[in-house]
Amino acid sequence: MRDNNTISKILMVGISLCLVCSAIVSVAAVGLRDKQIENAKYDQQLRILASANLITEGRTIEDIFTSIEERIINLETGEFVDVIDLATFDANKFSKNPETSISLSSEQDIAVIKNRENFSKVYLHYIDVELNAVILPVRGYGLWGTMYGYLALESDLNTIIGLEFYKDKETPGLGAEINNPKWKSLWNGKEVYSPSGDILIKVIKGSVMPDDFNAVNKVDGLSGATITSNGVTNLLQFWLSDLGFMPFLKTLKKNQNKILEDNNV
Amino acid sequence: MSKAREVLLNPIFNENPIALQILGICSALAVTSNLYVTLIMCIALTVVVSFSNLFVSLIRDHIPTNIRIIVQMTIISSLVILVDEILKAFDYGTSKQIGVFVGLIITNCIVMGRAEAYAMQNSPGMSFLDGLGNGLGYSLILIIVAVFRELIGSGSLSLTSSYSLEILPLVQNGGWYVGNNYFLLPPSSFVIIGLLIWALRAWKTEQIEEPQYTILSNSLETEKRKT
Repeated sequence: MRDNNTISKILMVGISLCLVCSAIVSVAAVGLRDKQIENAKYDQQLRILASANLITEGRTIEDIFTSIEERIINLETGEFVDVIDLATFDANKFSKNPETSISLSSEQDIAVIKNRENFSKVYLHYIDVELNAVILPVRGYGLWGTMYGYLALESDLNTIIGLEFYKDKETPGLGAEINNPKWKSLWNGKEVYSPSGDILIKVIKGSVMPDDFNAVNKVDGLSGATITSNGVTNLLQFWLSDLGFMPFLKTLKKNQNKILEDNNV
Repeated sequence: MSKAREVLLNPIFNENPIALQILGICSALAVTSNLYVTLIMCIALTVVVSFSNLFVSLIRDHIPTNIRIIVQMTIISSLVILVDEILKAFDYGTSKQIGVFVGLIITNCIVMGRAEAYAMQNSPGMSFLDGLGNGLGYSLILIIVAVFRELIGSGSLSLTSSYSLEILPLVQNGGWYVGNNYFLLPPSSFVIIGLLIWALRAWKTEQIEEPQYTILSNSLETEKRKT
């Protein structure tokens, strides 16, 4: 038998194997990239539309999504921002850069996201010219990892249309029941704030009874998944607070009122 | 039985990688709470182990023994990355659900075990069949475990990424069945695999191993025997 263990043979086999393998892997990665990006985009659009209950039979997701207006907002001031390019905006990059994010203290950081980006994408859906839904990206820690989702609010900026998660690491059958259509349907019609502006929305332990105090702000907990349920409460409470989308929702409300007044005059 | 048939079919019952060799248990615990995800995982592993055996066997005469493990690892990793990329492109939903576990096929003991134990000494065709057989043996056990876990745990069987067949209607969906949460957690696989091994060895008694030591009846007996 030949001696394969000479240094030259080892180097030759090693290097040629690496070259062949890396060539194959690169070709696959580059060749399939477009399709993967398309998939990711399709999935994201699907979740956004699903959260606002906009998916109708017979129309493609891309087609329905054209009715959604994407905007970038400044989370601090709540105003729309036009200087940042929509197509390349990446909330994840922004949250990691200390210049475009704030670091949260442990008291503030109830959703355990560490840094909050100063800018966020929001999605607005209009019917004719009237605002129909506002869709806000939210995220927060569950049991095993960060849960990413979309919260859709009605035009009163208080009533929930739906909550849809697109990425989570929760236990299948327990925490991952956040993706159960039955549980997701419980969110429809729930209210986020009290009349005085306190954030009341909460996932409780057990089931909500119709005569419960503040029943309209409460959602049934997932049995066997208390930590996930609390995580959902925390992420909503965070993203609807001053540090989250509250300034934006206030600005939006002001604009709405102004339009109403203008119309009345 | 012809040699090729033997190589292909032996790993399914006679030398099952999970039940007899007790390899690749990790993913049997991790991905078996949903039948559809399990099926995708089984296909992914079968493809990887078959082709890694084929490629390792093709270059077996040129692999320097000093770096053979690294060579095997490189081939296996490349195949796993390939499978992962393809999955991301063609079945995005499932690839998101399986997540890291496709990548972890690299560390699945069955793949490297077969490359080292079989493909390094046998012809490419036979090695491919051996990989296929071991993949199928692994798949058989995983599918049985997944059927039990999903049925008892959530009362249904997922047949595609979006459709699951409801067999025992759950209380939370308005039915009568209360899902057993234990079966949704990984440790339940140990119980099911244990029962499977028991059943298999009761059927094929030649798989029963010699006890490594015998347990004495009780300590009093031991004392008596000493004196």
